[in-house]
Amino acid sequence: MTVGLPQYLVVSGVLLALGLFTIVTRKNAVAILMGVELVLNAGLLNLVAFSRFGGGLDGQVFALFGIVLAAAEAVVALAIVLQVVRAQRSVDASKASDLKE
Amino acid sequence: MTDPVVSAMVFYALATFTLVAAGFVALSNNIVHSAFALFATLFGMAGLYAFLSADLLAIVQMLVYVGGISVLVLFAVMLTSGLDDSRHSNSTTRLAGGIAVLLAVAAAAFVAASAVPSGTESAITPMTALIGDALLGRFVLPFEVVSVVLLAALLGGVTLARGVKGGDR
Repeated sequence: MTVGLPQYLVVSGVLLALGLFTIVTRKNAVAILMGVELVLNAGLLNLVAFSRFGGGLDGQVFALFGIVLAAAEAVVALAIVLQVVRAQRSVDASKASDLKE
Repeated sequence: MTDPVVSAMVFYALATFTLVAAGFVALSNNIVHSAFALFATLFGMAGLYAFLSADLLAIVQMLVYVGGISVLVLFAVMLTSGLDDSRHSNSTTRLAGGIAVLLAVAAAAFVAASAVPSGTESAITPMTALIGDALLGRFVLPFEVVSVVLLAALLGGVTLARGVKGGDR
């Protein structure tokens, strides 16, 4: 039982499925962002796994960029969520349908 | 090289830890539990990176994701959810659609992964110096663009979080 590329892809795929499940089923906007983080991590794991099994260095460099962009995304998205909560008194994403108060 | 059985056991332990924690993120009814499970998931991902001989990425994952993003998410959870009812703070909706998505994507992942050849594992080498060379060589343009993106995210985060006062802007 050697661990090869397919095992990593299965882990990444299940992580992707759980992240999409979180995005689809949650009402809380912060929880939806957690699902987005899971999906991003699934993609990064794919990049690193392909880099390890014959892809060279590029996958790891792009995973590094992906982590940086995920950090930027988290900062801006959480700031938006805080503003929405301040404006609407609710963290329910389905209630946040107004652009303006 | 290391014993393949031992390394397989380590891999399956790390993968199980990561996926169980991710399952808690997806299924817990308490959003504080979900946030801490996200913390554990990202920690397990750092372990998987280390296992893939991506040493620099494992450290960066610990610093940025485990140390930064999950703390940020915890702050957001504490600031936004009315924690008087934290046991039911993370209610779900559209459960049937979610389960359909879960099963469809997981099945597609299994099918796709079974079609992929196992690949040849490259030798374990220290990656940090090579990645540094690549960042300042072939990838210097994306590197600089990312620095601009980070500056924009910093300014955008501050501007958004400070909020718009009254109607004067």
